[in-house]
Order: sequence, then structure tokens, then C-alpha cells
Amino acid sequence: MALRETTERVAEISGDKYKYGFVTDIETERAAKGLNEDTVRFISAKKHEPEWMLEWRLEAFARWKEMTEPKWARVHYPPIDYQNAYYYAAPKSQADRPKSLEEVDPKLLETYQKLGIPLSEQKLLAGVAVDAVFDSVSVATTFKAKLTEAGVIFCPISEAIRDYPELVRKYLGTVVPVTDNFFATLNSAVFSDGTFVYVPKGVRCPMELSTYFRINASETGQFERTLIIADEGSYVSYLEGCTAPKRDENQLHAAVVELIALEKAEIKYSTVQNWYPGDAEGKGGIYNFVTKRGDCRGRGSKISWTQVETGSAITWKYPSCILRGDDTVGEFYSIAITNNYQQADTGTKMIHLGRNTRSRIVSKGISAGRAQNTYRGLVSVHPRAQNARNHTQCDSLLIGTHCGAHTVPYIESRNPTAKLEHEATTSKISDDQLFYCLARGIPQEEAVALIVNGFCREVLQQLPMEFAVEAQKLVGISLEGSVG
Amino acid sequence: MSDMMLEIDDLHVSVDGKDILKGITLSIPAGEVHAVMGPNGSGKSTLSYTLAGREGYEITRGRILYRGEDLTQLAPEERAAKGMFLALQYPVEIPGVATMTFLKTALNSQRRARGEPELDAMKVLKLVREKAKTLKIGEDMLKRALNAGFSGGEKKRMEILQMAVFEPKFAILDETDSGLDIDALKLVAEGVTAMRAPDRAMLVITHYQRLLTHIVPDRVHVLAKGRIVKSGGADLALELEAGGYEHVMEDA
Repeated sequence: MALRETTERVAEISGDKYKYGFVTDIETERAAKGLNEDTVRFISAKKHEPEWMLEWRLEAFARWKEMTEPKWARVHYPPIDYQNAYYYAAPKSQADRPKSLEEVDPKLLETYQKLGIPLSEQKLLAGVAVDAVFDSVSVATTFKAKLTEAGVIFCPISEAIRDYPELVRKYLGTVVPVTDNFFATLNSAVFSDGTFVYVPKGVRCPMELSTYFRINASETGQFERTLIIADEGSYVSYLEGCTAPKRDENQLHAAVVELIALEKAEIKYSTVQNWYPGDAEGKGGIYNFVTKRGDCRGRGSKISWTQVETGSAITWKYPSCILRGDDTVGEFYSIAITNNYQQADTGTKMIHLGRNTRSRIVSKGISAGRAQNTYRGLVSVHPRAQNARNHTQCDSLLIGTHCGAHTVPYIESRNPTAKLEHEATTSKISDDQLFYCLARGIPQEEAVALIVNGFCREVLQQLPMEFAVEAQKLVGISLEGSVG
Repeated sequence: MSDMMLEIDDLHVSVDGKDILKGITLSIPAGEVHAVMGPNGSGKSTLSYTLAGREGYEITRGRILYRGEDLTQLAPEERAAKGMFLALQYPVEIPGVATMTFLKTALNSQRRARGEPELDAMKVLKLVREKAKTLKIGEDMLKRALNAGFSGGEKKRMEILQMAVFEPKFAILDETDSGLDIDALKLVAEGVTAMRAPDRAMLVITHYQRLLTHIVPDRVHVLAKGRIVKSGGADLALELEAGGYEHVMEDA
């Protein structure tokens, strides 16, 4: 029947259709293979870091050595040999970071051009400032002057450690502690670059901020670190995108993102994750083991996560909100699409500590091929959190008969005034829906994309305008490869 | 091009290995409206799904020519692009897809397949609004997800709106009257009647005569147990209403 054919089509869409799979041929400087104290010292030295940063890293490394990899997620992969990878890779031409865009290696600019992220400011999407991270270093940051005028700091974190040490020291590791979990601790020891944002009191950031992460070098892990601080009454919207070359090996990407919203501040954090997912047989692809957490530290603050996860061989990711201040709001909007042999175990944690805290979770999981897609979430209401509210909606869509969808919601309530709602559905694209579209002249591949986009609409609507269209196309591409 | 819009010759169709249509022969010239009437289980819906090319409806014998072309070789979306339209008995809900988005996607898919330039959002909007007015379909309905939460009458009106927007050469209306109250029935019938044209043909499938007082057919065929047992003019519908299907089937 029609559905079977769709399944076959979907199966055909192998990694070959991944259009970001090219490699940039550029001279790379790396740390020696493997991971020990010297690696950590090497990275710190490369970044010209102050002593306190090195000590912080070394402490993390010491703790990491005693930790074991978490195994509770519903994902399966062979043991990772942490000694058989590089922890630092940087384009050689970046040895002395260029002062302006004109000095950036043309090959790198070309790479980002190919990815659809032109870094020259004239050609950029109006109103979006970009920080481009290539392997372990940031290669370019745009619109710096305009942001400086508004008092917004938007720079590579390596630069922030040198230029704004008091801000970094005050906030780094305060949301995701160094010892939080195996991958976060590893990141704390070896993180290379990432983005730092500080929005001062009362400032509404004049443009969207965006970081574009690119893994290029082989056998190399990427460990970026992002720290965003929204001071009292400020607002910032930030978006990250990610791609990587096609390789047979699995590459590790273990990032840490920390968000801090002070009184009445709001942070909107959007992700379009399109790391290489591996080929149709499940060979290669990125292991995306990421810790993302936001702290609504001040009263009346708000943090909103929106993620569109279409790539990676394995995704292990739970962007969370600590609703510490009274009257704070946390949101999590997620689309996770898995095809072929991809595995995703993703969700969120909403920790209600303050009074009148509200959270909302909307998760849309789409599974095709032989993929496994798990929503894992925690809603926790602490004793002091009078009148906490949560609404959770988890919808799963299955395409074909060999894939799986799983929902693992945890709910803990230690306050009797809490109101928690959980709704979950699992559905399939029906033969009736497909036939209806076909009979109206819409070809099968487009019909699937249309129906899936409809299924995800609530989440897609949360994305900034500039990226919503791109994400919509990506939803189509990752499922049937014909659109775009 | 043949003057015949549709020529069905000795059509046998089976579904899941079960024979449903057992030798249907029927020709519909351009400009005419034919009605197929029949009791439940006579094969009416099988006929409409077969014409639209739905998978699972296997033609075991006979052929269908659409404007002189062998229809059985064409996929459903190709049939639509070539001007065939099926208004479904049970229109399907597509959650999250705005009606306007769906109409634009479908119209442009058809145009693309025909090698015609696609219409931009503004042009589609204008076209749809114009057609929607006569069917009393409001702006809010066009913004809502297609058929999601629509009433029975709204769904049927939406089918006719699609027909008006796509301007097909050959339209099949599968029990479009079912579940409609008198006012909605009149509205739908007016919409259909307005589309009668010398270069367009229609096949109206129905259980009851009442729709046919509003859409007066050129020919009426009675389908029973997978065969056409009687054909005649518009009067045949009235005869059926008076005497019932049993009566006609005995005659045949």
C-alpha cells in the first residue's frame, strides 16, 4: 500500500543526500592524539588562558577520570575510546586570530558560503549576527560594532575569558557544575571554543545572535562551550546551527550550554541541529552528547528552548530550565526527527523551585526507517514552589513499521498546589491522508513533508522568522530528500 | 481529442482479492453530468477510488480511457494534474496544515506537472477568496488546518471549493450529499451546477435522489452488485425514489 512505498522511499534517503558532507581542505594544527593533563594544558596554552582557567580545567579533568559514562539512555553504541581522538584542531591560518573579516582565510569564508552562512556583513541576513566556530576555534564574528554600541558582548568564549574574566568567573559552571555529568565534565576539561553573550541591564538585543558550528577535521571531537547572560530586564534571541562532513567514523560532539536570566530577563535559545547522521546502514555520524541548561535566576525571568534535531547518529540532549526565581517561566519546544539507524534520546527537565513558576513542554518526535526516538522528561516541583504549573504535550509520529517511539516522562511533585498536565499521542501518517494529498496532485515526497510539517507546526512557529523556512525545508529533506 | 471525457469498458476491480466491480461499461461525453446511484455495497466508492487511482484497487479486466488516454498507467497525482478531481465522501483531516497552504501546494503541484508557472501566494489567495465567497467559506476557515474540526457540511463545502480552485476537466463527486442539511445541500449543489461547462464532465455518485433535483443529470446509471443494471435519463432517479432499488433490480 501507499505507506509501504513511503517507507521504501524514506529508506532510500541515505547519507548521500546530506548536502553538507564535504570536507574543507585546509591545513590543521592539532593537539597530540589522546587525552591527558598535557592535552588540557596544550588547549589552555593555545587559548592564552589565565592561570585560573587552567586550574579549573585540570580540576575537571581530575574529576572526569573518576567518572563513568552514563548508560541509562535508550541508545546503543560501541564503547568510545577516548584516547583515540584529537581534542584540539584549528585551521593553521588562524594561529593569530584575524582582526577583521578581511583577514579570514578565504577557504574558510568559502566553506561558510557553501553552507549558506555568508560571513561578509553586507550579504548576511539583515539583523542576524553570526559567530562561526570551525573545529576548535571561532573564525569570525560579525556585526561586532553594532552590538558594542548597544552594550552587548558577543564574542568567542576564548576571547571572553581573556577580556571579561570577572563576568566569566562569576557565571561559568554555575548552571552546569563542573561535575554535573560525564560529558559535561569532559567538556569542562577540554572545551575549545564557543560563544559568550552578555546583554546588559534593560537592553533588548538589537538583532538575532547566531553561532554556526562546523566540525571539519577527522577523528576530532568538538567540545564547545556557550555562556549567555541576560542581565535584569534584558532580552536576547540566540540561534545555533551545526553541520559536519560525511565520514565513516563516529565523531564526538560534547557541548555545554549555560543560560542565566536575571530579574525579568528573557532568553530565547533556538537550535537547528543537522550534524551528519551517518549513512543508510548506520555507518558514521556524530555522537551528539550535549548538556544544556538555563537558570531563571531572577524573579519574573523566562527561558525558552526551541530545538529542531534532524542530524547526528545519536542525540543525547535535555535542554532544561531551573525555575529558581518566583514567577519564572520555562519553555521547551522540540522536533526530533530520526531516520535510518539514527537514535535520539532527548527531552527536558523543568525544575520548579520558585513560587508561581510555569513551564510548558511541546515535543514532536518523528521516527522513520529503523530509527529509535525517545522523549525523556522530568517535571519536578519542590516544596516551596506554590502554584507551580506545567503542561506537557508529547506527540510521536511513526513512518513505516520498523521504527520506534518511546516516551519516558518523570513527574515529581512535592507541593500539593501544583497543577501538572501530561498529554501524549502516537500516530502514523495514514493511507487516507497520503491518498488525499496524491489525489489533489501533490507528489508523495511532498505530501509526507507537508503532513510532517503540519505535525510540527506548533514548534516551527516558535523559531525566529529567518530560520523557520530553513527548518521547514530541513524537515522535508531529512525525511525524503527531494525538497530543497 | 475525443469528445468522450471518460470511457469505461468492461471494468473489473478487486480489493484484497475480492471482486467488487464485475464488468462496468460507461461513457461520459464532455459537457455532460452522469449520476451513478445504487444501494450500499454496490461498488460506488470502489468505482470512484479506482478512477482516482488509489492503491489497493486492482483492475483485473477491462480498461478506462480518460480523454482518449489509458488512465490505468497514471499515478493519482498525474491524474489530478491532467484535470481529474475526486470529491471524497469522507474528506481527510490534515492537522497543522493551513487550508490555504494546502490549496497553494496542491494547485502549484498540478501546475508544475503541467509545465505551467507556479502562482505566488498573493495570486493564490486572490483566487481562493473569490471562489470561497460563493460557497460562503469565510476567511477563518481558510486559516484553520485543513478539515480539522470542520463540521460535515464545512468539509463538503471545502471539497467543492477545491474543485472550483483546480478547475478540473472531469470531476467525481462521491456521496457529496451525505450528511448535509437542506441549506448546505443547496449551497453545494449550486457550487457544482455553476461549474457545468461544455468542456467539463462530472460523475455524481449518490445513494439518494434528493441531490439530483438540484444537480439535474443528463444520464442516470443504477449500480448494483458491481454491475450497471439500468441506465436512463433524469427521470430514472425519480423512479428509483418511488419504487426503491429492489424494484429496478428486479426489472433488470
